[in-house]
Amino acid sequence: MLHVEVAKQLGDFSVEVAFTSEGRVTGLFGASGAGKTSLVSMIAGLQRPDRGVISVDGDILDDATKSLHIAVHQRRIGYVFQDARLFPHLDVRRNLDYGRRMNRLTRDPVQETRLNDMLNIGHLLDRRPGQLSGGERQRVALGRALLARPRLLLLDEPLGSLDEDRKAEILPYLMRLRDEAGVPMVYVSHDPDELRQLASQVVMLKRGRIAAFGGPEILPA
Amino acid sequence: MFEISPPEWTAVLLSLRVGVVAILVATPFAIALAWALARYDFWGKSIVDATVHLPLVLPPVVTGYLLLLTFGKRGLVGGWLADHLGIVFAFRWTGAALACGVMSFPLLVRPIRLSIEAVDRRLEQAASTLGASPWQVFATVTLPLALPGILAGMVLGFAKAIGEFGATITFVSNIPGETQTISSAIYSLIQTPDGDAAALRLVIVSIVMSMAALVASEVFARRATRRLHGN
Repeated sequence: MLHVEVAKQLGDFSVEVAFTSEGRVTGLFGASGAGKTSLVSMIAGLQRPDRGVISVDGDILDDATKSLHIAVHQRRIGYVFQDARLFPHLDVRRNLDYGRRMNRLTRDPVQETRLNDMLNIGHLLDRRPGQLSGGERQRVALGRALLARPRLLLLDEPLGSLDEDRKAEILPYLMRLRDEAGVPMVYVSHDPDELRQLASQVVMLKRGRIAAFGGPEILPA
Repeated sequence: MFEISPPEWTAVLLSLRVGVVAILVATPFAIALAWALARYDFWGKSIVDATVHLPLVLPPVVTGYLLLLTFGKRGLVGGWLADHLGIVFAFRWTGAALACGVMSFPLLVRPIRLSIEAVDRRLEQAASTLGASPWQVFATVTLPLALPGILAGMVLGFAKAIGEFGATITFVSNIPGETQTISSAIYSLIQTPDGDAAALRLVIVSIVMSMAALVASEVFARRATRRLHGN
């Protein structure tokens, strides 16, 4: 369960949002500039809210009244960025293994193989990020985030930088992850079709405020 | 003609030792400072930046004299170090290393700072969302991505260090076997009758070493670009 009740001033723009979501995939929908990325980076801990509370499964990550702010690296919240952000100096194998090493987790070969199969990245392990296509990069980024064993996965327009064909290529992987990986997700998109296919609940944002909250049926056609 | 005599070898080897020690000791400080200059805005930043670059523009003899005043046996820091830790710089090869370290420091800091500035902060964010603490982020992302720049700076600084003359001779004089580096050996030979051939040999050695360092620095710089593009 994800509970967000935050306010933050960013120059002329402000975000003021409150919702509680229990869905497997919570969609954050809105035009660019609606405050989606600001909200997601607050959940990740990359930005600190001016006021409010953020909690995951009852664990409080931010509470401004108590000056509580759990550091990014201690939140166990995965983040898949629009621009993959694979480490250019590491091959795919070591990119995938990065979160496990940083968190000093034991190896889980079963999980590794399962994810490699699920994302179809097993044949890319020895390559460098520069040698991957956009879609491959994004699949590796998904695997890397999941192998750090997060309790929540944030996906910030993960298909945003891909063309229509690539999007169609990645979407099935995302649906499989939703159904098989067992990690709740927050999925940011400005594309209603994408969210209709993935999200169980939708938060619709407009200029930093919630315009609507409900099932995928609230999405515009 | 190209037979290098034992005393000349001594000067060459001493230069190498002084250069290596100077750079190895200076590099961690240079990385820390370059990091601070690249990443933080703090009060007095431009003064710190100017001070670092001062040895580049000051007459070397001035830097040497300041070192003598500070790190000499009766100097403020030198006296304390000699009394409490038994570390003496004056007229020792360690003093030559200190002088070379100070003189090459700006050449070390600059490329390191540039390479840290070139590291994509978004990769560091990604690392922290994967559970890396700030120190781990630095060690596993920032440092490896900046490494070619660091190596380039080290090689360049090393080239400067083995050729340093003015500050070294002012601070630790020109004692064969202790503080006589290639540069001061050449200087002495030129002033000695019949020293021309020996001077020329050392000149050739120093040109070869400097060229090698510059080429190596260029290679590292090119590797840096490749690394940042992940090919």
